[in-house]
Amino acid sequence: MWQDLRAEVKPKGLEIVTVALDVNVEDARPFVKAANAEHPSLIDQAHVTDELFGFINVPNGVWIDEAGMIVRPAEAAFPGRSPISEQFDAIDLSTLPENLRDLLGEVKKIETDPEGYKVAIMDWVEHGADSKFALSPDEVIARSDPRTMDVATAAAEFELAQHLQRAGEPDAAIPHFKEAHRLQPDNWTYKRQAWHLVAPGSQEANEVYDSCWIADVKAIGAENYYPPFVP
Amino acid sequence: MILDSLTVEPAALEARTGWAIKPQGACKGEVCVPLPDGTSASGAVDVQMLADRLGMPLVRDDAHDIWALGPDTGVTGRALTTAVAPELVLPDLRTDKAFSLSSLRGQKVLLVAWASW
Repeated sequence: MWQDLRAEVKPKGLEIVTVALDVNVEDARPFVKAANAEHPSLIDQAHVTDELFGFINVPNGVWIDEAGMIVRPAEAAFPGRSPISEQFDAIDLSTLPENLRDLLGEVKKIETDPEGYKVAIMDWVEHGADSKFALSPDEVIARSDPRTMDVATAAAEFELAQHLQRAGEPDAAIPHFKEAHRLQPDNWTYKRQAWHLVAPGSQEANEVYDSCWIADVKAIGAENYYPPFVP
Repeated sequence: MILDSLTVEPAALEARTGWAIKPQGACKGEVCVPLPDGTSASGAVDVQMLADRLGMPLVRDDAHDIWALGPDTGVTGRALTTAVAPELVLPDLRTDKAFSLSSLRGQKVLLVAWASW
């Protein structure tokens, strides 16, 4: 997904590093292999980058300059418009089974601006610190999400959960996943990771979690799933 | 950060959280928070004291006798305490070897999170 953009920007001094937020390494590996990625393709089983960089959804990105300063905090990130989005837009929902129609209907309502995001990246590549999209250190911190004690505690609960999950104790992990979801309901990486562990591929409620993607997205409004890009 | 006791070695603390124990206190980027006299990088650090000073939650799983120390809330109250990018060392799925984000100093970097789920 990011390989094409990487080919365009790497000669101009921008490297792309992808981080897979996947408790199970083998869930992520086939995608990296299939992409033939030339850029560093990291695996973050504990979601430490949620805590260190403020990721709350995927895809989310941060910009880091040559000196190691963050110049844009975590936000929805896209490598420009892709053939997959064209194909997706062309799907006629009326031809689909009801559950799929409901799910994809919500997905279609999600608002993104992949072209605008790519324009911003290319502007930064060309103009560096003079780009209007490169923010000062104070702006970077101020624009990063608020971290209340509830949000920080959600990170600690998620850490216990993933630790127990990886230690082979999935039942012991569940209460900690649920507590993380309760404390930081807008962190989709905590939710989707946990849901996936009990029902891979499903976006519907199950016997373990009464929350699920489709219900939670409807509750916030799909158009609010990704906050709009603010130059 | 997962802990099995309420003390932590400074090197492990810095590697996981970015907080370094220095003579002037606990430091991350340009930010330093004073710590009590006697706290030094040469010995284990009292986690409860650190949690109190930095506004970090400390959560326990009684059955497994482990703790998790969450991120700080007491400095900026934001997801980022500093704009200095923290060091990040994670396995690269292409090589299965550890990759350090700081090895890319001198280049611009777009760090992107994705997932299989």
